[in-house]
Amino acid sequence: MITRAYRYPLNGSSLEPGVPLLDVSGLTLRFGGITALADIGFTVTQGHVHAVIGPNGAGKSSLLNCVSGLYRPQAGHATLHTGKNGAATHDLIRMRPHRIARLGVARSFQNIELFRHLTVLENLMLGRHIHMRHRLLTSLVWYGPARKQEIVHRELVEEVIDLLQIQAVRHKPVGSLAYGFQKRVELGRALCMQPSLLLLDEPMAGMNAEEKEDMARFILDVHELAGVTVMLIEHDMNVVMDISDRVSVLDFGKLIADGTPAEVSRDPDVVKAYLGEELSA
Amino acid sequence: MSEFFQLTLFGLSNGAILALAALGFVLIYKATGVINFAQGHFLLIGAYVFYAAMLVFGFHWSLSIGIGVIAAIALGVVVERFILRPMIGEEAIAVIMVTIGLSSMLGGGVQFFFGTSPKDTPRFLPAGSMELAGATIPWNRISAIVIAAVVLTAFTLFFTRSRHGIAMRAVADDQQAALTIGISVRRVFALAWALAAVTAVIGGILLANLTGVSAGLASFGLVVFPVVILGGLDSVPGTIVGGIIIGLLTQYTAGYIGGGLQQIIPFIVLIAILMVRPYGLFGQTRIERV
Repeated sequence: MITRAYRYPLNGSSLEPGVPLLDVSGLTLRFGGITALADIGFTVTQGHVHAVIGPNGAGKSSLLNCVSGLYRPQAGHATLHTGKNGAATHDLIRMRPHRIARLGVARSFQNIELFRHLTVLENLMLGRHIHMRHRLLTSLVWYGPARKQEIVHRELVEEVIDLLQIQAVRHKPVGSLAYGFQKRVELGRALCMQPSLLLLDEPMAGMNAEEKEDMARFILDVHELAGVTVMLIEHDMNVVMDISDRVSVLDFGKLIADGTPAEVSRDPDVVKAYLGEELSA
Repeated sequence: MSEFFQLTLFGLSNGAILALAALGFVLIYKATGVINFAQGHFLLIGAYVFYAAMLVFGFHWSLSIGIGVIAAIALGVVVERFILRPMIGEEAIAVIMVTIGLSSMLGGGVQFFFGTSPKDTPRFLPAGSMELAGATIPWNRISAIVIAAVVLTAFTLFFTRSRHGIAMRAVADDQQAALTIGISVRRVFALAWALAAVTAVIGGILLANLTGVSAGLASFGLVVFPVVILGGLDSVPGTIVGGIIIGLLTQYTAGYIGGGLQQIIPFIVLIAILMVRPYGLFGQTRIERV
């Protein structure tokens, strides 16, 4: 794996590439009478780009929300491996979202969830929140240790700004930026957490071909140069087949396929889910 | 001219104290979305705790201020944890009624422990006065303005610069996103209530020295509402401008018109502002298109 020529590692996981990072098993989520996810199980491997695809309403975002703690599934586990060789395991289900974030699970949202009134820099610095150790009292006086720490964090944030090429808009309030830039800032905020697992919910939704290409490039940079494990939801099949190492396919809350892009694209169930019955006959 | 000086000074000092209390109100509204009708009574609590510590128990004034601040933190955290947190997800009107109930409880609690008669004034600000252009300028008013300005500046810096301050603004902006970057929204809520109580209590302590300690302080606290409506419910600079405008207006009305009009002038402003600029001078314009 290539390493970045920057000073700070963005990958927060100390697992070897190729070992399981996140084990999802038996995940079941119901909203009243509707089963959004039924007994989902798969494994995200350290060092992979793992795509989750499926038609609208298949439960992709629900799955991501379960992993990041925003939804509480009725059954199942999502086990995250951390520490040297994955010695420590944490079941993310029933853990509060901010605890999950502190384990290094970072995410972006389908409909951008940035702090619109804060600047790009402030948004990214907030990505450092879990790594800032100073207590409330030093924070209140904001001098000495608190300040020194912020300078170090700022250096890392600047590297992320360079990586995502958002230098020019650093001091602009996020709400005033173009959509494509906002998507990048959201990716940047997640990266600033030095994530062990990066969850991206449709990072290319609503973009034109050129913006999509840029975003795919950034995701590959994050993955190849920084070595961050990425789990992403995407609709654009070309993009998914290009950049992912492994693909899980959901349809009506069920896992209908899980494998390499080549395997999945040959799978008759997947073809049926995407193209309908007639064409497979 | 000398009367004008004097009224201005009194207006500025009252306004600065109002700004402190209003800052707490805005803090709670921004971070948690709750409209806290008990904010004025936090002033009252501050004044009485300070009075009790200094004159009943005989502590040094600096220690008494410390006790007041600690009591404020405890009050804020307890109120958030046991009264407001169970109300999360309830209708806005229900939450407002709860804070109105809280204000009655605080007011009643003060009467229960201290009775209804006015108390001695706990004095810690420098006494005496100076003559300026024929006006008598009391030192305690000057020092109250300085202290309030320092506290307001410190809090403004805290919000704009520090990690916890920015975390609070982040929660105000987008709670879901704040959770997913590892900010504990519950702790931010508790922090907002604690800081809001602290600013109000500092205001109450200053007020205790300037006007004495009595149940009437709560009616001074009520003027917080015109201040935040004028400045904008969610604007920190708005509290300072709003506080000073209302403070000056009240004093000028008292000095030049009188007849009790000064007691209702803030509320006349409140109604006028609601008709002309419902989001206040600096508040965010919220237009919902349906």
